[in-house]
Amino acid sequence: MEDNKDIIQNNDVPERQPLDRKTVIKLNRDIGSKNQLKGWLYLAPALLLLIIFSFYPLINTFRMAFLNGYNGLAIVGGESFNLGVENFKTVIGYVDFKQCLKNTILLCVVTVPISTILALLIAVALNSIKPLQKVFQTVFFLPYVTNSIAIGMVFNAMFTRVGLGDLIQTQGIINNILGLFGIGPFNFVNVGSSWGANMFVVCTYIVWNAIPFKILVLLGGLQNVNKQYYEAAKIDGTSKVRTFFRITIPLVSPMLAYVIITSFIGGFKEYSSIVGIFGEGMGPGGNGQMNTIVGYVYNMLPKSNLGNASAASLILFAIILVVTAINGYVSKKKVHY
Amino acid sequence: MKIVLKNLSKIFPAMGKKNKDVVVAVDNLDIEIPDGKLVGLLGPSGCGKSTTLYMISGLQKPTMGQVFFGDDDVTMLEPEHRGVGLVFQNYALYPHLTVKQNIMFPLQNLKGAEKLSKEEMLRRAQEAADLVQIGDLMERKPNALSGGQQQRVAIARALAKAPRVLLLDEPLSNLDARLRLQTREEIKRIQRETGVTTVFVTHDQEEAMSISDVIVVMKKGVMQQVGEPQKVYDDPGNLFVAQFLGTPPINVFNGKISGGDLYIGDEKIMEVHAEEADRPVTVGIRPEGFIPSEDGVLSGKLRTVEVMGRDCSVVFTNESSQKPSVRAIVDSDIGARFDSTGLVRFNLKRNKVFLFEAETGERIRF
Ligand SMILES: Nc1ncnc2c1ncn2[C@@H]1O[C@H](COP(=O)(O)OP(=O)(O)OP(=O)(O)O)[C@@H](O)[C@H]1O
Ligand SMILES: [Mg+2]
Repeated sequence: MEDNKDIIQNNDVPERQPLDRKTVIKLNRDIGSKNQLKGWLYLAPALLLLIIFSFYPLINTFRMAFLNGYNGLAIVGGESFNLGVENFKTVIGYVDFKQCLKNTILLCVVTVPISTILALLIAVALNSIKPLQKVFQTVFFLPYVTNSIAIGMVFNAMFTRVGLGDLIQTQGIINNILGLFGIGPFNFVNVGSSWGANMFVVCTYIVWNAIPFKILVLLGGLQNVNKQYYEAAKIDGTSKVRTFFRITIPLVSPMLAYVIITSFIGGFKEYSSIVGIFGEGMGPGGNGQMNTIVGYVYNMLPKSNLGNASAASLILFAIILVVTAINGYVSKKKVHY
Repeated sequence: MKIVLKNLSKIFPAMGKKNKDVVVAVDNLDIEIPDGKLVGLLGPSGCGKSTTLYMISGLQKPTMGQVFFGDDDVTMLEPEHRGVGLVFQNYALYPHLTVKQNIMFPLQNLKGAEKLSKEEMLRRAQEAADLVQIGDLMERKPNALSGGQQQRVAIARALAKAPRVLLLDEPLSNLDARLRLQTREEIKRIQRETGVTTVFVTHDQEEAMSISDVIVVMKKGVMQQVGEPQKVYDDPGNLFVAQFLGTPPINVFNGKISGGDLYIGDEKIMEVHAEEADRPVTVGIRPEGFIPSEDGVLSGKLRTVEVMGRDCSVVFTNESSQKPSVRAIVDSDIGARFDSTGLVRFNLKRNKVFLFEAETGERIRF
């Protein structure tokens, strides 16, 4: 017996090196790399289209942004430009742009949390009812399939006052309703309305407009949650609130993260809703006080001021990048996939 | 604590527009589950085992009848007030929580006077984890565990809150054969150590027989027989129970009683009561009931002999058998003498032969 043991132990099997984490990851990757060439081949058609329609414009944007005072008309006239950050300086120096930046950020910060929380609550409620679920689902989804400019115009009609001074015909349905409770009337969107009142209308609109898609995504997530988790929680006497925060939210957290990230991105690109409510003037009477960054970029274009427009786009891009990175960082910690 | 089910029924309403039939999942169940015992609820798929379990747990409310824990009628009590631990068929471990958090989850729900300190919770969680031998996996997430480990976490989670009743719904169905064997012994051990009244659902008769103190055999929502596994095996109340218990399964023949004697085909097998009326009957013979013998009462044509170490299976055909072949298990030193041609003859052990009414499958005792 003893001898046997020795023989086995003295075998000349090379001792395996202890593997650290990095080596293991590298080994696994190397095995995968054989398939990479094929992968690229399959990607080629899509990649070609991407290069033409996405990458080239992207790079061109960078070019225009970093050529001092770049102007579409002037370049046709044969003018040439120096490299530099003049465009950025100009853009940031504009009072208009600061207003746009402030509006955009405020819209995001206010509407994203409100619409997400509302959508989550509605989705949970929808998920827990049986009769009429489909009907409600459709009703809640309607805004999503309706054109946002059209909805904006309806919102405008709801908040706007028709007529002037003594000849006022209606204060708008919202003011009329508020009037029933003895509140108002407010000047929400008409000429001379305050920035705060405008903001209130726009936020209401964005929240209302953003909810359907979020409900759809979150409801999908909720319906995928195995019912047995809830049964297990029930057996263990978990309260409704705790079940919601400790089970429901973690289990739909991938959907939540998706919804939050996309709505931040969408929020920073907000434009059409304001056009819908105020027209291209981006404010009551076209005073531009509700303008956003995208609106600012569009304003630059008719003046052929492509340099400034590109610079503004890149600033927006940088902001979205940072916010998404923060989102990504947070969700890495909080999201369970 | 003992559990009593009294006339328990669960009827599901008809589903869909075309289907008008209601589903009677559990039909008038009357069972008393003794305190501290492990009871195996056994039956084929869809016979109402899970439904029964859910009614005991309170997740489903019975259509009729009552559930008692001890002397308390808990029929209308919400599940959280029943003090049951339930291990689901697929464990239902919270995927976003670690093993430790999973086990502590029920403890954190306790309120008021029952509220535990953090240390106490940790201690109880560790204790439960150690009991099922997963104490060193506490920081892992469920998806980083093997099936057997997940199952043990689920049991630990159910045990941590010291339930009055432990309910297990086919907890071994996802495991491979080896792990299944191992974990079912573990369940038995854990049950013995904690002494908690346990109901164990399975459709695997071997599993139920091997770990249960008492088995309950069900068919289409109706209880067929209750008793200690060996007793039920040795003394089945009807053909269904006889067929459901035992591997390899019992061999079933079409036979008849004539003049107080039992015949299979033309062969007279044995005497039964002289006063039994002449009629066709169904005969069940356990595989271990055959004794090879030159002058045996039952004959057949030999198909194969499968040698499996200690004993061997003799597979043969008989015209009256309800299955294409009959399987007898005999000692391998006797079995080895069979060659692969010709006739085989067997004498039968009387206590391994069961008679049933051909129509109803009711047992005929003789
Ligand atoms: N919610 C329901 N609605 C309608 N019928 C149901 C419902 N739940 C179960 N049933 C039916 O009740 C019967 C018993 O189901 P149950 O889940 O108790 O079976 P089981 O014995 O646990 O089966 P398995 O071994 O396959 O898990 C089945 O015929 C099933 O189709
Ligand atoms: Mg079941």
